[in-house]
Amino acid sequence: MATPVLDAPLFAQPGNAAVAPPPSAALPEGGGGGDSTPLRFDPTRFGLWAFLGTISMLFIGFTSAYMLRRASADWSPISAPPILWLNTTLLAASSLTLELARRRLRALDLAGTARFFGATGLLGALFVTGQFLAWRALRAQGVFLATNPHSSFFYMLTGIHVLHLSGGLVWFAVIGARVRRLALAPGGDGLGLFATYWHFLGLLWAYLLFVLFVL
Amino acid sequence: MAHAETAAAEAHAHAGHAPQAFIWKYVFSTDHKVIGIQYYVTAMLMALIAGTLAMLIRLQLAWPEKTFPALNFLTKGYTDGVMNPEFYAMLFTMHGTIMVFFVLSTAPVSGFGNMLIPLQVGARDMAFPFLNGLSYWTFLPGCIVILSSFFVGAGAAAGGWTSYPPLSALRSAVPGSEMGQTLWIIGMVFFIASFTMGGLNFVTTILNLRTKGLSMMRMPMTMWAMFLVAVLGLLSFPALTAASLMLLFDRHFATSFFVPSGLVLSGQLVNHQGGSPLLWQHLFWFLGHPEVYILMLPALGFTSDILVAFCRKPIFGYKAMVGAMIAISGLSFVVWGHHMFVSGMSPYLGMAFAVGTMLIAVPSAVKVFNWLATLWRSRIIFTTPMLWALGVVSLFISGGLSGIWLGQTALDIHFHDTYFVVAHFHLIMAGAALFGVFGATAFWFPKMFGRMMHDGLGKWHFWFTFLAYYCTFFPMHYIGLAGHMRRIYDPYQYEFLKQFQPLNQFITISAFILGTSQILFFVNFFWSAFRGKKASENPWNAAGLEWTTPSPPPHGNWPGEIPEVHRWPFDYSVPGAEKDFVMQTDPAPIGDKAGSH
Repeated sequence: MATPVLDAPLFAQPGNAAVAPPPSAALPEGGGGGDSTPLRFDPTRFGLWAFLGTISMLFIGFTSAYMLRRASADWSPISAPPILWLNTTLLAASSLTLELARRRLRALDLAGTARFFGATGLLGALFVTGQFLAWRALRAQGVFLATNPHSSFFYMLTGIHVLHLSGGLVWFAVIGARVRRLALAPGGDGLGLFATYWHFLGLLWAYLLFVLFVL
Repeated sequence: MAHAETAAAEAHAHAGHAPQAFIWKYVFSTDHKVIGIQYYVTAMLMALIAGTLAMLIRLQLAWPEKTFPALNFLTKGYTDGVMNPEFYAMLFTMHGTIMVFFVLSTAPVSGFGNMLIPLQVGARDMAFPFLNGLSYWTFLPGCIVILSSFFVGAGAAAGGWTSYPPLSALRSAVPGSEMGQTLWIIGMVFFIASFTMGGLNFVTTILNLRTKGLSMMRMPMTMWAMFLVAVLGLLSFPALTAASLMLLFDRHFATSFFVPSGLVLSGQLVNHQGGSPLLWQHLFWFLGHPEVYILMLPALGFTSDILVAFCRKPIFGYKAMVGAMIAISGLSFVVWGHHMFVSGMSPYLGMAFAVGTMLIAVPSAVKVFNWLATLWRSRIIFTTPMLWALGVVSLFISGGLSGIWLGQTALDIHFHDTYFVVAHFHLIMAGAALFGVFGATAFWFPKMFGRMMHDGLGKWHFWFTFLAYYCTFFPMHYIGLAGHMRRIYDPYQYEFLKQFQPLNQFITISAFILGTSQILFFVNFFWSAFRGKKASENPWNAAGLEWTTPSPPPHGNWPGEIPEVHRWPFDYSVPGAEKDFVMQTDPAPIGDKAGSH
């Protein structure tokens, strides 16, 4: 593996981890801590998990509405556009490349990190495009938002998932601009928070597929 | 250890670099104290508006036959001095919506939560200060959107604060269902987004940024309340988000989530089918019930902390109080059906909801018992905050008792949609929350503005409010028992309600006194904020952590190191202690038993 050209002062020396700034310095939004507060968890990580809890409750709300609405007489299931399976593969692949990027980051291989991380964003963007194509395919079949309750739920749930994923892509762009500096954090796992969110959206997509087309 | 030192150095740097420019210091601030005051003042101004709406409602109920040409300037509301019926529906809808979400969720939670959490847990600021600032600047557009709905199209939403479909789902149902309802949904989405950001901050700060020595079981009751409220908000508001989105789709994109088949509107068959209006009710009340505890719990927390400070006694049954709050919060998720007894449900399901509702009486009674036991044989100091705290205890009991009636399926079928319900929730939820906010304002005013509120004016405000509040809402029990419906424009079209016009006039006059006496509060608030007596660090001789820093606290909250906590904040009249209170930060072994929780 070729060693990338580095800005020396930006980089932690291998034996230097003990004096590296704590995560709260790398992520200024987490910095309200008290003088001698023994942090129980990293606050930012905790806040993210709480946020994921909120998103989960949103989709639990939608699921309960879905179950109730499904029992009515006018329910006529639509068939899944085949491109969804391709999209699913793309999203799964993006989680995989993200994990590879984290592994490269831990090894302080910045070129490799950038490569795999870039692939993650690209696959994510392809997924979003694929979802648009899926909606187009349905429209071509004459299945619109208001055609029947199943199509309403399909468009709405996939739309909200795409919105959350687009938020993830914005985050991706923000991190992408500072991937090099992330290596400064102890252990070099500056992609951890993003990975948590991204994998969560992957799992959420699998869940939605299951609810919409298997259940 | 290196970690802790770096963090300390960083905190010092943070404390030293308070923003200087007016716009960053007071407008787009990330300081929790400024944000708390911004939330609080906005909420109180919203209260002024929502209160005025209530005055118009009362005017109509007392004298529907009279004309008020002076009100013709409300061009959408009055024609030739007579209120338009559609306007009446907008009034009660917007009064409820603004009061529940933009006042009584905002002032105690977003206002005092932001103000007090870092001060009571010993942190320099909230965990995510930027997110905190953003939450206020998401909240404010929500206020503007909600208020603007009065001036757009045919007027504000008119389907009740619960926005039940199909009234709220069909744009041609009532005038308010046009743009007004859409703006209601958009305003709510802003509110929920802002409340979620706040909730993430609350939970994270309370769990992660407590100062050394401050275990969970040494936290003031207010902190427990804020923690539970944030959890409730994070878990229950998404249900309303989901429902609101579906409602928006039904309204604008012709889906049929909530609109049933075969609905005929103005002689025309509505082009929707198969939707379930009940679905909205379930989703709405899944939020709606925890929401009433979001209003209540902070008031209960303030009350405990204030009672203790003016009884000069330790809190009675701290663990039971914490347990009661947790139990109330947990139960709030499984009782939403009691708002829907008349909507039709399996009797077995109804019974389950009724039993769950009865169970809430147990932790509620624990709280009342412990408050009374805290007061028992103490030498009460009747300051203004103490009067409000006692007022909360009183309202919590009066309003709670009628809750036991309403929780019974068989009784609720009679009471539902009558003024009995209006009496109940105004006493317990609205009243207790409002009194809690007034108490907290008087108590923590020194930490907000570095000055004391005027005590005499505060007491006048309390007594006027307390008496007028009971005179307004207590008689509603009687007219409710007699079958007086909610949300009717002219009750006296019904023969059997004609006899209640004098009582309604009494209620209206009381309500006007209640409304007018709030002028005392606003005068006191703004006068004291600028001209009030300068407050010392600890003007009440209270034992909590927030009283160890100057009033108002500097940027970064403590001038030097953040103090370490050695005991709970309730060590009053400890035998053997020098003074009648021991500060939470006092390392002395006196009263260690009490502090070892």
